[in-house]
Amino acid sequence: MMLRIDQGRIIDPANNIDRIGSVYIADGKIVSVTDEPVGFKPDTVIDAENQIVCPGFIDLSTRLRDMGHSRKATFKSEVLAAAAAGITTLCLQPDTVPVIDTPAVVELIKELAEKADYPQIYAVGGLTQKLEGAELSSMLSLKQAGCIAVGNANQPVKNLLILRRAMEYAASHDLLLMFRPNDFWLSNNGCAHEGAVATRYGLPSTPEAAETIALAQCLELAELTGCRVHFGQLSCKRSVIKIHQAKKYGLKVSADVAIHQLHLTENDMTPFDSAYHVLPPLRTEADKQYLRKGLAGSTLNSICSDHQPHDLDAKLGAFPETEPGMSSLETLLPLMLKLVTQHAITLEQGIACLSANPARVLRLNSGALTPGFSADVCIFDPELDWQVNAENWKSQGVNTPFWGQTLKGRVTHTLQAGKVIHRL
Amino acid sequence: MTDNLQLNAEGKLKHFLTIEGLSKSLLTEILDTAESFAGMSEHQVKKVPLLRGKTIVNLFFENSTRTRTTFELAATRLSADVINMNIATSATSKGESLLDTIRNLEAMFVDMFVVRHALSGAAHFIAQQTAPHISVINAGDGQHAHPTQAMLDMFTIRQIKPDFSSLRVAIIGDILHSRVARSEIQALNTLGAAEVRVIAPKTLLPAHVESLGVTVSHNLTEGLKDIDVVMMLRLQKERMTSALLPSESEYFKCFGLTEEKLKIAKPDAIVMHPGPINRGVEIDSKVADGPQSVILKQVSNGIAVRMAVMAMAMQKQGVTA
Amino acid sequence: MLKIPELLNNLEAELKRIIDERQLVNPLMIGIRTGGVWIAEQMHRRLNIGEPLGLLDISFYRDDFSQIGVNPNVKPSQLPPHIEGRDIILIDDVFYTGRTIRAAMNEIFDYGRPNQIVLAVLIERDGRQIPLNPDCVGARITLNADQRIKLTGPEPLAVHLETIEAVA
Repeated sequence: MMLRIDQGRIIDPANNIDRIGSVYIADGKIVSVTDEPVGFKPDTVIDAENQIVCPGFIDLSTRLRDMGHSRKATFKSEVLAAAAAGITTLCLQPDTVPVIDTPAVVELIKELAEKADYPQIYAVGGLTQKLEGAELSSMLSLKQAGCIAVGNANQPVKNLLILRRAMEYAASHDLLLMFRPNDFWLSNNGCAHEGAVATRYGLPSTPEAAETIALAQCLELAELTGCRVHFGQLSCKRSVIKIHQAKKYGLKVSADVAIHQLHLTENDMTPFDSAYHVLPPLRTEADKQYLRKGLAGSTLNSICSDHQPHDLDAKLGAFPETEPGMSSLETLLPLMLKLVTQHAITLEQGIACLSANPARVLRLNSGALTPGFSADVCIFDPELDWQVNAENWKSQGVNTPFWGQTLKGRVTHTLQAGKVIHRL
Repeated sequence: MTDNLQLNAEGKLKHFLTIEGLSKSLLTEILDTAESFAGMSEHQVKKVPLLRGKTIVNLFFENSTRTRTTFELAATRLSADVINMNIATSATSKGESLLDTIRNLEAMFVDMFVVRHALSGAAHFIAQQTAPHISVINAGDGQHAHPTQAMLDMFTIRQIKPDFSSLRVAIIGDILHSRVARSEIQALNTLGAAEVRVIAPKTLLPAHVESLGVTVSHNLTEGLKDIDVVMMLRLQKERMTSALLPSESEYFKCFGLTEEKLKIAKPDAIVMHPGPINRGVEIDSKVADGPQSVILKQVSNGIAVRMAVMAMAMQKQGVTA
Repeated sequence: MLKIPELLNNLEAELKRIIDERQLVNPLMIGIRTGGVWIAEQMHRRLNIGEPLGLLDISFYRDDFSQIGVNPNVKPSQLPPHIEGRDIILIDDVFYTGRTIRAAMNEIFDYGRPNQIVLAVLIERDGRQIPLNPDCVGARITLNADQRIKLTGPEPLAVHLETIEAVA
């Protein structure tokens, strides 16, 4: 199967490419970028004029629900959303129902991925059994079954000795720890950022110290244990500063930020609107600006969607009793492009944060249009306006504060392993 | 937006959820309307037929006999029919969702919900979800707001010290957990109080408390200087067991209002308390029962103010545009 | 045509007649705010009634609450404690649709069951909507659709005939 993508502006940050040309794909792999291979006769030609051609996106933090949570969403519905969003690799957080702490669950996930016709779903194994923070999970078995990393989802590990041992064990099997830092006691069941807005609305709140203290603890343990750590969904200025200092100090750590934290703050929350209920919570303008700075300066190297689709009931109630999380696969690209138009980052940086850099974190031969790599490609029109509504939205979860808004930038084609999995 | 949700198309009160977003003139209208109902209690005929035929549901998810009783009295004095629903909210007995509870009651053709709930934003949620002809009064939601309490306190202050612009008001106690405090602060600032001062230990103050429009003091002796109105807040027992305060006696030593401490305020200062009082914890009996205390006035004003709010929220109902 | 002294004299004469006719004993005089109170004060003096004048505010008994809402400037009614079995002279300035009197009577009955009520108004105009009738009037008039009658006072009392601007 030979396929050619014509006339697009090819942006491949990993290989330092930014030029107009064609991409040549055969047998599911990238053959060449801009240089026509000898005797190439394409079965399919995609016209990408006025569009951008880049590596398919790699999303470091998603939840596809299904299994015990199929009311919220299923693999089938969410991979359609992912494909429409230009995402060709999904990392699944371990807090599925049941938790990803046995090879059997990893197998189940593979089966569901196959049935949904979307093979590149990488399970992140639970760091501890049932994510309860008490006993180590069988990390080697999980790795052998196919887990790409281990993580704590959003469950704080209350006992630091256990966290240390879990990190040592992960390190001994060369497993990456994907860690979302949050101190259980300091976060105090808060549902909003401890600041002026939560004070005004009397919302139980969680201070940024809950994140920064857990982050600092894990950084120390990373040095002590030699465990590779990637910090997920950081939300405040002081976290970015700590990552920057750690990197300067020589620690091999990386960090990502959820796309909505780069756009929304506590001031954007319509009072008591559960669409804005997320954890970590939306923080201050100063935090948002610093997160953007962290991205531009490469302290934060990746952007994830932190996709958390919910059923309607989960968001219908008094704010503190609603479930946190946003359905966010399909807004990932237009919101990244908005960062570019607002001059927070360059387009190349934005694409890198969604492809090359996550690939590096996961040590995947992916996230780039390198000849020989699997042909995961995203083609998008950066000028195309579209409305977030029932007609256009593919995810089963409609829980997004962007519902009804018109966004700019839309994926027109997505290729996974050379196969077209989405066409607008 | 909060204020649009509370007002109907003509800018009249439809839901009463929070003081925030309501104008000074609307708050004054509530006080004036309450004035006309206040005279009633001393008269032979304690009822007026304004809300005859209307059904008001007291939807209390948190126990409160006092507040519920005043709302019930207010409703019956307006000749409305009252249903009381006390709904347990223990974690083990989740039962019906908030939305289902509302829908079931709507199906029985009710006209108004008076809601008290343990979670902030509950009254807003109900107001947003409920059928268009139903009005919602917030009787206290989590730590967010208790607007009728604030209004009856403003009414009481106005009876004695009508010029808000010259008043310095101190609110003393657990501001962090207090929906009463938040509503009082908003009401006082909207009505143009000269200063609203909160006095509390750091553990009982919320983050960025100054952003609410208050000055802060951690010392009662300092904080009471030049004060015209002393508002005491109730200290709940749980605060001692959750590491917010060491003991009741230490709290009383630092922040309890005694006759001695009251002398620091202006000589004609009045003492207020939303009740119920913890004698010897936040306030000394001699002060609570003393000549400067207006606590009982607050209680009797509560009915008139709630009548005013209910009557105003129910007007223009059943009129098609 | 509508001169205050003449109207008041007519009304006084009518009241004296009806007190006799209906054999009112120790009647309680009640004026309806605000115009009715001004007229009642006049009659109260002319008829030499010792007992203080009752004042009735019907704001809370109006039947148009749904349309016009609550009036924030209501002063409470002032009636003596025992209405049971009393003879009442109810006084208002203008009798028009009859709704005011209906509201006034509803309120009086909430205080207690009177023996009888006689209604005295300074001016009765056309436009009745409720089957009620004054017993005594100072004058009966008919107005055009765009005319309205208004009493100002208390000092000096004056009757004004106004033309209502056509509503677009």
